[in-house]
Formats: sequence, structure tokens, C-alpha cells
Amino acid sequence: MVEVGVKIVLSLTQIAVVMGVVLLTVMFLTLAERKVLGWMQDRMGPMEVGPYGILQPVADGLKLFFKEDIVPAGANKFLFSMAPLLALVPALIGFAVIPFGPDLTVEVFGVQFKPFVISDINVGILYILAFTSIGAYGIILGGWASNSKYSLLGGLRSAAQVISYELNVGLAIVGVLLLAGSLSLVKITEAQTGWFWNWFIFAPPFPQIFAFVVYFISAVAETNRLPFDLPEAESELVAGFFTEYSGMRFAFFFLAEYANMILVSCIAAALFLGGWNAPAPFLQFHGSLAHLLWLSATIWFAVKVYFFLFLFFWLRATLPRLRYDQLMRFGWKVMLPIALGNILITAIAAYLFPRG
Amino acid sequence: MELFFFYYLAGVIILTALLVVALRNPIYSALSLLIMFFHVAGLYVTLHAEFLAAVQVIVYAGAILVLYLFVVMLLNVKREDRYHPQFPIGAFLGLVIITEVLLLAFRRSESGTPPMPPAGSVAEAVGNTETIGDVLYTTYLFPFEVASLILLVAMIGAIVLAKRDLFEA
Repeated sequence: MVEVGVKIVLSLTQIAVVMGVVLLTVMFLTLAERKVLGWMQDRMGPMEVGPYGILQPVADGLKLFFKEDIVPAGANKFLFSMAPLLALVPALIGFAVIPFGPDLTVEVFGVQFKPFVISDINVGILYILAFTSIGAYGIILGGWASNSKYSLLGGLRSAAQVISYELNVGLAIVGVLLLAGSLSLVKITEAQTGWFWNWFIFAPPFPQIFAFVVYFISAVAETNRLPFDLPEAESELVAGFFTEYSGMRFAFFFLAEYANMILVSCIAAALFLGGWNAPAPFLQFHGSLAHLLWLSATIWFAVKVYFFLFLFFWLRATLPRLRYDQLMRFGWKVMLPIALGNILITAIAAYLFPRG
Repeated sequence: MELFFFYYLAGVIILTALLVVALRNPIYSALSLLIMFFHVAGLYVTLHAEFLAAVQVIVYAGAILVLYLFVVMLLNVKREDRYHPQFPIGAFLGLVIITEVLLLAFRRSESGTPPMPPAGSVAEAVGNTETIGDVLYTTYLFPFEVASLILLVAMIGAIVLAKRDLFEA
């Protein structure tokens, strides 16, 4: 009985820490995005709140919190309030299987405890795919329940887009799964230890660089970010599926979008760039400092994740939005064949030259 | 504890399955179908078939049901004139299935409990994903290939329907 209690307390603390870090990262990202965009467009970004504008996220949060919560006339009230939750919960729940650091096991009051992964389930990557596919419901239902033409169009666009690009995400990672021989993110990360050429993006027998490019482009499309933000294209659809949302419900959609960005960045880092592994073994704490391995490992993981997050902003500042038919044609006629070809070649290579 | 989860999942599955056909609003029907898919996935988890559970959610909840919702929203079906002409056929099919269920239930109670396969002993040793792959490419290879052929036929059918003008010229 005591063991169960200790387990629950440990798990809850772990979940609270991960959620706290994720939400803090979201806060930071809202500022970072505006600053990075500003610098890329040769302006300063937000400068008013706090020194150098660093308190802007706090002001934004307070503003959203105190805003009036409007439900439009003729909206389906139940679905209108459910939709933001349906978008946010799947985005946050995926972090449960992400390995943030080495696969250590600590014993706390006689309970085996893994501090750097909430739950190492054997179908980890499928679990994430399953829940991100649920996130589409929040967008579709939010668009439908708002009783607004712009919202409905945004919701429908998003439905088509998410289905198309989810397929590419799923197929792009199959190559990695073939090489790693496992669906658990912990095991996949462990298969990439050593030098950086063991990372699956470079790894023999067949580097997954094509899969990586397909994965990242599809992930940008799946998170509805520019240049694929057609569900919320402000110049044609006002704000797409969340046109009618205000206050905290709007904030939930917003949080979901950024949490999804962090999640796909974590997956990209763990699958293709070796997760918490350093590019070279001597760049981790080792030898007499081996007990500090977790510190350098989590820092490496964070560096990789932030690299991807920066890439999101970079793309946004660089590329114009695609037209809808271009988006669909690109997904089905360019990305899908590349992903399928990559699976074929990787399978043959993995059969002819088995790893280790 | 396991029995409690089974009854909870089974109860919700039956309830939401009924709601799918009973509710008037097609969007609500689709949503209760979503809840049902999740509970079926939960049932797979209690049977230690995590791979099936994840695939169930990805394929049914993540892809097929989104397409349903898509169609329902685009068509914007009127609420009244949907199910009524199908009622006799539906009732007939329901009757056949109920008879089947009852027959099976009585058969089972007569012959006693069937011999259970050694639960989880294989699956837990190597992981259930590997087990499914192994079984799919050895024992059930033929049905597996037939299923992929059927899917291919469906794909060709879809192309023919969409590109009808190509074949008429």
C-alpha cells in the first residue's frame, strides 16, 4: 500500500514538473517567436513590458485570463466549450513517453523510478501518433460549433490537412523504426548512442535524411504552422477555426498549438538526432563526472529541441503561405512517394546489412 | 480490479454504440463513436495488446472518423429524413446478429468454459508488436495478403470513380 502511494506521488510530481517545463517553454516561445521574427524583419519585437520586453508573456497571459468569454449566438455551447480541451489535452498527453534524459533507474523508498521518462511503454511512438490524431477533433469541432462560416471553412481545411500530413509523419518514421527495431522512444534513443554518425539521420546502412526532411515538413503542416497555416489563414479566413473564440478558450487553442510544436520537436530530436546523446561521447560528462551524465544529457536534448523550435520561426519568417491545392498536391504527390520509397530502401538495406 | 475495468469499458461501449444510432444529430453520433473507439482501445490494453490499442485509435479515431465528420459537415444532412427507409433492413440484420449472439452464449454455457490460451506468455516475452508481425507473416499470411488485395481493389475503385472522364474518351 505504501509502495502504491509512493509510486503515485512520484508520478504526479514527475507529471507536474514536465507540464510545468512545457508550459514555461510555451511562455518563452511566445516571446521568442515575436523577437526572432522581429530581428529577421529588421525590427525590435516587443519592447514595452519589462526590460527589453521580457515580461511580455506575463502581460499576454494576464490579458487572456481577464478577457470576456464570448459564446456566439447559435453556437453549439457544449461542443464550443469541449473543443479547446480536445485540442489541448492530446497535445500535452504525448509528453508522457518522451525520454528527456538517460534511462536511469533510481530507487526511492523501495520503488523503482525512472526520473527522465514518465512512462516507457513499448508502443511509445504509436501512442504519440494516436493522440496527436485526436487533436484534429478539437479543431474540426471548434470550427463547426462556432456557427460561423470562417470557422467552419477553417475546420474543414484543417481536417483534410491533418489527415494528409499525419500519414506522411507516420510513414516517415517507419524507416527509423525499422533500423531501431523497437517502438519505444527510450530504446530508439539508446540505439543511437556513441558518435553522431550513429544518429538515425546519418546512420548506416541507410541514412534517414529523406525521412527526416519529410517528417519535419509534415510536422510543420500538422501543427498548422506557417507556411501551412491554411486552417487559420488570417488574410482569407479572419482567424480560421478560432475566429469566434476569446479569453481562456482561445488561450487553450494557442497553448495546444505551441505544445504540439514542442512535442513534434521532441520526437524529431529523439528519433532522428539521437535524443539526449551528444554528438561525440566526450561531450557528455564521463569518467569521474559520470554521475552528472543526466545533466549534460538533458542539456543536449534541450539544445536539439530548441534548434527545431527555432526552425519553426525561421520558416515562418522566410516562406509565404501555400495555396490550398498546392498544399494537398505537395502532401500526396511529393511527400508520400518519398516516404514510401524511403521505407522500401531502408527495409532492403536493413535486411542486407543488419545493424550491430 | 481487471473485472471492474472490463465491465466499465464494456458498459460504455454498449451505451455509446446505442447512442451512435439513437442520436438525432449526426455530429453527436460521430462523437459517441469516438468515445466507443477509445473504450475498445482500452479493452485491448487490458488484454495486453498495446499495439492493437494504438492502431485502433490511429486508424479508426484518427483517420476514418475524421473523414466521417468531414463528410457529415460538408453534406449538412437534415435531421429527419435519414434513417427511416433503412429501418426494416436494420431491424432484420439486428435480429440475425442477436440470434447469433444468443446461440453462441448458450453453446458456451453447455460446453463449459473453453480452454484459455496461455494468456500473454508469448506476447510478454518478446513484446506484442513482434508477436503480431510474426503471426501475420507466418500463420495468417494468406488472409493478410487477401486483405491487402481487397484494399488494392478499393483503391482502384476510388480512382476509377474519381477519374471517370478518363475512361470514357
